[in-house]
Order: sequence, then structure tokens, then C-alpha cells
Amino acid sequence: MASKFSATPEELSKIDHNPPKKGWMDTPVEFKEHTFCWGAKGKNLAALELPNARDWSPADEDWKLPENWQKIFLDGMKERLGKYRSFRLFMDICVRCGACADKCHFFIGGGDPKNMPVLRAELLRSIYRRYFTVSGRMFGRAARARDLTIDVLKELWYYYYQCTECRRCSVFCPYGIDQAEITIIGRELFNLLGLNIEWIAGPVANCYRVGNHVGLEPHTITSSVEFFCDDIEDVTGIRINPTFNRKGAEILFVAPSGDLFADPGTYTAMGYLMLFHELGLDYTWSTYASEGGNFGFFTSNEMGKRLNAKIYAEAKRLGVKWILGGECGHMWRVLHQYMDTWNGPADFMEVPVSPITGTRFENAKSTKMVHIAEFTADLIKHGKLKLDPSRNNHLNVTWHDSCNPSRAMGLLDEPRYVLKSVCNNFYEMPENTIREKTFCCGSGTGLNASENIELRMRGGFPRANAVKHVRDAHGVNMMSCICAIDRATLKALMEYWVPDVEISGLHELVGNALIMKGEKERTLDLRLVPLPGKAAKE
Amino acid sequence: MRILFSFIAVLALVLIAYAGVKTANLQFLFGVVVPYAAIALFICGFIYRVVKWGSSPVPFCIPTTRGQQKSLPWIAQNKLGNPSNTMEVIGRMFLEVFLFRSLFLNTKTEMTSSNRVVYGSEKFLWLASITFHYTFLIVLLRHTEFFVPTAPFFLDIIKSVDGFFEIGLPRLFLTGAVLLASTAYLFARRLYIPQVRYISLAADYFPLVLIIGIAITGMLMRYVYLTDLVSVKVLALGLLSFKPVIPEGIGPIFYVHLFLVSVLLAYFPLSKLMHMGGVFLSPTLNMANDSRMTRHINPWNYPVHVHTYEEYEDDFREKMIGAGIPVEKEGVVNGK
Repeated sequence: MASKFSATPEELSKIDHNPPKKGWMDTPVEFKEHTFCWGAKGKNLAALELPNARDWSPADEDWKLPENWQKIFLDGMKERLGKYRSFRLFMDICVRCGACADKCHFFIGGGDPKNMPVLRAELLRSIYRRYFTVSGRMFGRAARARDLTIDVLKELWYYYYQCTECRRCSVFCPYGIDQAEITIIGRELFNLLGLNIEWIAGPVANCYRVGNHVGLEPHTITSSVEFFCDDIEDVTGIRINPTFNRKGAEILFVAPSGDLFADPGTYTAMGYLMLFHELGLDYTWSTYASEGGNFGFFTSNEMGKRLNAKIYAEAKRLGVKWILGGECGHMWRVLHQYMDTWNGPADFMEVPVSPITGTRFENAKSTKMVHIAEFTADLIKHGKLKLDPSRNNHLNVTWHDSCNPSRAMGLLDEPRYVLKSVCNNFYEMPENTIREKTFCCGSGTGLNASENIELRMRGGFPRANAVKHVRDAHGVNMMSCICAIDRATLKALMEYWVPDVEISGLHELVGNALIMKGEKERTLDLRLVPLPGKAAKE
Repeated sequence: MRILFSFIAVLALVLIAYAGVKTANLQFLFGVVVPYAAIALFICGFIYRVVKWGSSPVPFCIPTTRGQQKSLPWIAQNKLGNPSNTMEVIGRMFLEVFLFRSLFLNTKTEMTSSNRVVYGSEKFLWLASITFHYTFLIVLLRHTEFFVPTAPFFLDIIKSVDGFFEIGLPRLFLTGAVLLASTAYLFARRLYIPQVRYISLAADYFPLVLIIGIAITGMLMRYVYLTDLVSVKVLALGLLSFKPVIPEGIGPIFYVHLFLVSVLLAYFPLSKLMHMGGVFLSPTLNMANDSRMTRHINPWNYPVHVHTYEEYEDDFREKMIGAGIPVEKEGVVNGK
């Protein structure tokens, strides 16, 4: 892999959505440069006790599979057909109506027919039919059933790492067939053969031992946060001293580690710190449970559970009453739909109650974990925050709904309420590209690597296209979101497609607008950029 | 090839039944044995498939949410897109199953000449699907007149509405014609929409051609080769009372029609047509989005190997102490 990705946006946006003449079963997979991720390193697979730990490369002819890899794959499939009704049902009932075909961001931005959700599923269904149905066994190819050969395995792998489990197809499917569910199980099967990608296995190994994906050790976490507090002091004149691993705190706060690692996530972390300080919240960070995100979820359900277990374990050890969660997309898919089932019941905690407003979060009464957008919206609704939205007047903001909070939770109006309270210039993107119909950043589920940059730019094309629309119509220069992967990847996406739009988290804008007790006149925003007009005023 | 195969298969079925009755006098086979076998296969197969699905558990609460969740009391929840209790789930399922809501909300993605993507409304698939399913249902209900001695109450209503325009003699039933037209559209779109053509299997064309065959033979019987309905009713009632008789004077076209229906019934549980039962079981649709309110139980949840806090502190104790982070075991080095 020598050549650098050099395709211009003009070149990349020439997309042909018409499938080729030749049928898909006769079109062999081609591993195109810049569209796939590196294979997982043996040491990371070994650290996680995952099978077939060895270094390997998807670009190599030999994937160094165990001798009986077909049996492992098919046995794994059989086991999961018995364990997941979703899987068995979704293998059976698709009528191939095509409603999902043009809904996938990878298909819209790339035109490869195997990225139509229905066909991505058919790649695996053809195996299902061959080995698990009567018609497939009898009629073979005529019933679009095929043998599990090494080429078929490679094709499956290539396209199942071109799905970000965003669930947009599921929204449009008349039976709710969810390619995310099929991809999740497909990736579990690959992991039985040691076929993870390094961009997932590395962070998972980090998270398992060190506590977070980016591998921040405890003293690095405290020094990062201290560094943010220095910046906050520069901006507000107020010194904040947050606590870590403090027993007896009322609330444990868990954020995606990306917010501690790189901008613009770090500005979001500053927003959290300022808000909690202003409220006088009795809370603590944890260096052990220092990751809300969960790349284990992109490996297998078991690995997802193994990483997620830390959150409840730490809540129990510290004796907190409830947990507050930061801005992260797939983190909330896991916390909302999986955590309680995996590692609950969380009966050692109490139903979350906001100490500021007294609001009882009935919607989180079992998991005991509240989303920070819910928490902040409630504060603003009760008039508990003093806000000066004009400090965000230099920003024309649009809102990117992140996939998981939208389609696996329905967190849509809480962040909008917060956003509209902290900034004056807010513009929605077109209706078919927001809320439950939102588009993925194109880099979710561990596909936010650098070697697959073309895939990412293509996958993010529909999102960028909608941003371009509001930029041209309203002069939008900032897209806000509640997802750490978004914050890490949309920046590159915007630089490529819509260069003058920046990315922020929701609580960065909250931090800008928040009037803190005893603060000095603000002349800088949280990026330490001078606020236009503010320095001269008064 | 896939398309041709479907036509040839259905044509072969027609010829088998026609020749069987016309030249070999196999009325008993095609009028009694095959229908019984088909119904038995349909019922047993349908139950088998549903039980098979039901035997796989639903380990996680994974509804696909299409709208605002229930959270703070002053934020309006989208109850039918994002149900939080059983009643709301029933509401969502009703809209899906009876009105095909997802298809109604379908969009069409297109590229403009300036390489921008635009999304338009796309209602044809919804329109064709819903007319197909409902006209099929009405045609099915109309056929109940053959199976009960006196016509049920709804039959007159259906027939009078159905034949409202009083075209032709016997009166043209609109549903038959609309059923044929919508099936033909569903078939045609598989040919002319390139992406749909690309994904279509023989298993997608075959049932459509089969249903077109059923509709055409049915209409031929009603409007062209008039069939003795009294005799048909005698046969139908005989089948229903398990005292099968083959009355005289029923033309071969009837046996062709009946044979195609039998094939459809027998094929049903083997095929994607099972979406009829499956839609009710789909966990992304039929679950309430209440996973933070009520703990969902996974019957096969099992303990996993985790990295405990103790192990973590053993790895990082000195660094933690150095950074002023409280630890459980002060003064312990390397776990000793």
C-alpha cells in the first residue's frame, strides 16, 4: 500500500448508482486501496484471549486461517441462529423490495451495489441458504445459495467492514430488518477466525487493560483534565478542581475517552467541567471506567460486555447513587440497549434524581444512567443555568443527529432544546437527512482509521452534501453533534467536502454560553479564539 | 434467466394440471389430493417456521427508534415511532402491518447533474404493495362463498362495492383487475429499476408470476370460460367436510386455477412469503423502547472474563498515587 489517497472531491462525487451487467455472484471482490482497514495485530488479539491470534493482512493472499475455518464459521452461524431471533428472522423474511437499497451512506457515496443493505445481507444469506435451508441445499446456485469458499469469506469480510451499523436501512424496512444486527453477528463470526481489524482490536485491548480506547493511563487522564482546567481558567478566570476515583460522590461521570484526547472533543470536555463546577455537582471521574464508548461492541457481544462491565463495577466500588454519561453515539447504543441486560441489575444504585432541579429520571430508573443532554435540557427548562447565547453569535450552527442516539434511543429533541438555548443561529439540515433519517459520518464502528480514507469520505458524502446545503443557504459554519467519533471524523470529512464548516460537541457551546459565578469578562471562546466584538464591548 | 425460469415454471404447472385433467382424467388428484396435501403443507409449514423463529430467544432489547424517545415529561414523545409500552407497540405494529407505514415514508435518492444528492418522496412501492395485499385479501374473502352453505354477511357488501361500476356481464370485480395490475407492477419494477433487478432472485419473480397465473385463470373462469359455480361449490364443500366429491362439468381451467393455488400454499412456508408471519416477530419493531426503564433479560447471559479494578490498580498503583488519585491498597507495590 504505497500510494497516497489523492482523489479530489470532484472526482469522488462522480458516482454511478447503476449496478454492472454481471450478476453479483459472478463479480469477485476486489480489495481497493484506501477502502479497507489493516488486520488486527496478534498481540492485541492475544491480550484479549481471542482465537487465532497472529499478525495478518487483508491484502495478503493467505489470511492464515485455521485449517477448519469453514466449520468454525458455520458452527458459529448455527449457534447464533439459535441465540438471536433477529438473526434467524432477518435471514428468512427479506422480500428484496429494495426500499433499503438507496438508504446506505456507503452506497449513496460509492455506488458499489454490494453496499446496498439488502445485498450486503444477501452475501451472508447465500451462505445461510446453502447450509441451513432445504431449497438452498437442493437448488444451490439457482436459489442463490453458494459454498463458503475463501473468496466468499473475503467478500463478506470486505463488505461487513463497510457497514457502520447505523441502522438507517432498518428505519425504511417494512419488517425492520436491521443490517446492523446482521453486521454485528457477521463480525462475531470473523472474530472466531481472528479476522478483526487493528483499528478495533487495538482500542479494545487498550480499553480492557488501561481503561479506555486511546490508552490514557491514570496520571495522563488527570494531567489532561488539568490542562483543560488551565484553559478554562484562561477563559473564565475560574479554577476548577475536579476529582477522580472519589468514593462517596453522588454521581459517577463517564465520557468517551476521545473527549480527553483530541480537539474538538477536548472543548466538549471543557464544557462538561465548567457545567458541573457551576452547578456544584457532587461527582467524580473514574480512571478505571474511563471509557463510555465500547469498541468491544464492534468485536462481539461478549467483548462488548467485558468492557462495559467496568462501569457498573466502578459505580459499585465508589458507592455512587447514579451515573451520568457524556456525549458519545455508540456508547449510548450500548448503555441504552445492552448494559443493563449484560451487567445489571444496577440495584445497588438509586433512581437518578437531578440534585439541582429534583427531576426524577424515570426513563432511566433501571439502568441508573442519564444522558447529559437529558440532564442539561432539564436544567435549562428549570431555569437553573444563566446563559448568554450571544457568545455563540459568531457561529451559524447546524445539528448532526448521531446514528445511535437517533435510531437506537430517540434522543432528538433534548439536544436541540439545549442547542437552541445556547446559540442564536440554528439551522436544520434538510428533513430527509436528520432525526431518524440522519446520515452516518461514514466512519463509525471502528472504521475511523486512516488507511480507509476513501471509504470514509465516500460514506460521509451524504452527510457532507446536506451540510453543504445549509452552508450555502444560511452560511452555516459549525456543525454540532453528540458523538465522539463524529467529532474525530467529521472534521476530516468537512475539510474534504465542505472546508469552511467546523465541528463541535454540544457542551462546548454550552460552555461558551454559560455565565459562571465570579467569571471574568469573556473575550475568548473555549478554543481560545477571540470572541468577535466581545473584547471591545462595555 | 431468473425471470424466464419463473415463467417456464408457472407455465409448466399450468400444463401439468391442464394435461392431467384433460387427457388423463386426474380430476381427483388435482381436485382433492393435491389441495389437501397443499393445505397440510401450508399449515404445518407455517407453524413450523413460526415455532422455529420463536425458539430463538430475543437476548437484547433492540427496537429501531423512529422518532423522539420518552424522556422528560415536557418533551413530546413520538409514541408510534418510538413506543415505550405495550399499547404503543401495538399502535406501531398496527401501522406497520395494516398500513405499511415504513413503505409509506420511503424516499428516493437521486443525484443531480451537479453531483448533489437529493431525496424525494417515493410512494409507488407503497401504493402497489398495499393495493396488492388488500385486493388479495378481498379476493380471498370473496372466495368464502364457495366454502359456506349460506353467504356470510360481509360477502354482499364486498361484492356490491367490488362490482360497483357494473361493467360487463358477469359484473367485473374491480379487485381482481387491481390485483392483477398491482402484481404486474411489482413484477415490472423488478425489471426496470436497475438496483432492484440486480438483487432480485428467482424466488422473487416466481411467486409474482404464480399469483399472476392464479389471477388470470380466475378471471378467465369468471369472464371467458364460464365455469359452473354450483359444481365448484359442491367440490369445495366436499373438501371442507372431508367427504370429497368430484362433480361433473367442471372445466380444466378450474383445475389449473386450483393447482396453482395449491402450489402457492405449499410453497408459502418455504419462501419469503413467510414475511406475513415474520413481521410480527421482528424485534426491531415489536419491542418497546424501555430498556433503561425495565431490565431486559437475556436467557443465555453468561459470566465473562473481565479486567477487575484490583488488577487495574495493581498495574497502575504508583502512577495513581503520584497523580494524587485515591487507591485501595496504599503502600502495596506490584500487587504484593
